[in-house]
Amino acid sequence: MEHQSRAFSIFVHAMALLVAMVILAPLLWLFIMSVSSNADLSAKPLHFWPEVFDFSRYGQLLSRSNNSMGEAFVASLFNSIKVASMATLIALAIGIPAGWAASRNPRVGWSLGAVVATYMLPPVALSVPLYMILAKAGLLNTTWGLALVYLSILAPFSTWLLKAGFDPIPRDLEMAAAIDGARLDQTLRIVILPLAMPVIATSLIFAFLLAWDEFFYALLFTSNQQAKTLTVAIADLAGGRVSDYGLIATAGVLAALPPVFVGVLMQRALISGLTNGGVKG
Amino acid sequence: MLSDRKTLHVWLLMLPLLCVMIAVIGWPLIDTIRLSFTNTRLVGSEGEFVGLHNFTKMLSSRNFQRAFSTTMQFTLISVTLEIVIGVLVGMLLNQKFYGRTILRGMLILPWALPTVVNATLWRLIYNPEYGAFNAALLKLGIIDQYQSWLGQPQTAMMALILADLWKNFPLVALIALAALQSVPNDIRAAAISDGANAFRRFRYVILPYLVGPLMVAVVLRTIEAFKVFDIIWIMTRGGPANSTRTLSILVYQEAFAFQRAGSGASLALIITLAITVLAVIYIRIMRSWAGGTN
Repeated sequence: MEHQSRAFSIFVHAMALLVAMVILAPLLWLFIMSVSSNADLSAKPLHFWPEVFDFSRYGQLLSRSNNSMGEAFVASLFNSIKVASMATLIALAIGIPAGWAASRNPRVGWSLGAVVATYMLPPVALSVPLYMILAKAGLLNTTWGLALVYLSILAPFSTWLLKAGFDPIPRDLEMAAAIDGARLDQTLRIVILPLAMPVIATSLIFAFLLAWDEFFYALLFTSNQQAKTLTVAIADLAGGRVSDYGLIATAGVLAALPPVFVGVLMQRALISGLTNGGVKG
Repeated sequence: MLSDRKTLHVWLLMLPLLCVMIAVIGWPLIDTIRLSFTNTRLVGSEGEFVGLHNFTKMLSSRNFQRAFSTTMQFTLISVTLEIVIGVLVGMLLNQKFYGRTILRGMLILPWALPTVVNATLWRLIYNPEYGAFNAALLKLGIIDQYQSWLGQPQTAMMALILADLWKNFPLVALIALAALQSVPNDIRAAAISDGANAFRRFRYVILPYLVGPLMVAVVLRTIEAFKVFDIIWIMTRGGPANSTRTLSILVYQEAFAFQRAGSGASLALIITLAITVLAVIYIRIMRSWAGGTN
């Protein structure tokens, strides 16, 4: 690293440029497709740069006039927000006490280990009984039913994140609170939660994005606008008879915006969160 | 006495999580096992006990054998490429160059892009008539006429793997970078002054720091790749001519398209078992590596 030759430095810069292009080109193309005219997109040879930037498809997808493409899209957008929010809130509500208990008492740690091991289970291993349970309870094709199913992914994941976040918070604070006569729930609420706000926020965002991205269960358990999520709506567009590729790209851009925005904004926290598990392991 | 009460409190705090886990994971898993020994249909009457019939039928069917080898192929190729390219990019990012922070930030983008959007994007890119892939390759003179990348059994799998690779190599690169940054500089400098060549420096100085974190990445990526459903469902639905039909797609078809819940459940259990075996093998390897380097 100390004495880089000129040739090596040029090589490194060239490779960095190549990696940047490989990452950016598909993303840029998704955006360009969304603002190119159909004539540009079906031209041969293909026009990689549009004659005019046309943002009308965004208006088309986000309009709520009856029976339009937009109505179905906006409905799925709201369903995604509803399902992801409900599942995230419940996952945190049960994950915070459990994560704290596991963090403070190694003796119950094994049960959390068992919970984390469920990550290995393929969703297909649970899908048939889940379908039957939802059908019996009348929860098929409802946002509630889907949110409930998402707990199978979100709850173990966020509990594990929260436990790792609780670990570095000193125990002395809890003991001091106990000596002052605080009950367990008071200790948790008044002493621990304010200190754990950063990790709770991170878990909240991770869990929300996990639900936002989910496709398999949504495909199985929803069938129309009443509960269909964004991922299923996009798959419908991509696999259906829509001949306007720009419109499919527009739906993709809109679905990608929240996670990409969060990703860029929280870069530092994400990178350390993603890599920490790896480095420590 | 006090410690008994404390244990009780702790379990009370765990209780909501454990209840939910039993409801949405434990019970369905047990029910999958029960169903796998019956000929239950997805909708309608309860089935009858058929013993191991589903398992023998599935394990001996050509569809299963083909899907199994397709899944192994997808897993092996995509994970290997992700690790190799991820490590190379991680090593690149560990060098000094202009825009290093920006490039590191960019690696987040493919990871953040929802899998469904990624699959849709690449499906558009590979479009046989209007896709950018064809247009770009033609312009560069690599092909002389447009190809149906996802429409031919010979190219569909590689096209899928490329799309999956693009989304997943950045995570490996970030993990590799974090591991590389934990190599102490004086050890690196000592190896250089001892005259170790680049290969030996990589093998004996850098690799020991990389192995642990990379093994974690390999295990996670292997399990994910073995379960793959979304990207394949959206790009090819398992086609053409079932050439990209992986095990998860096969279960979906068996249990939900054909509504054969019983045999679908047995197939799902076979996949779960395969993943468990993979995970155990990896953990063994990881332990022996850790033992060897210390």
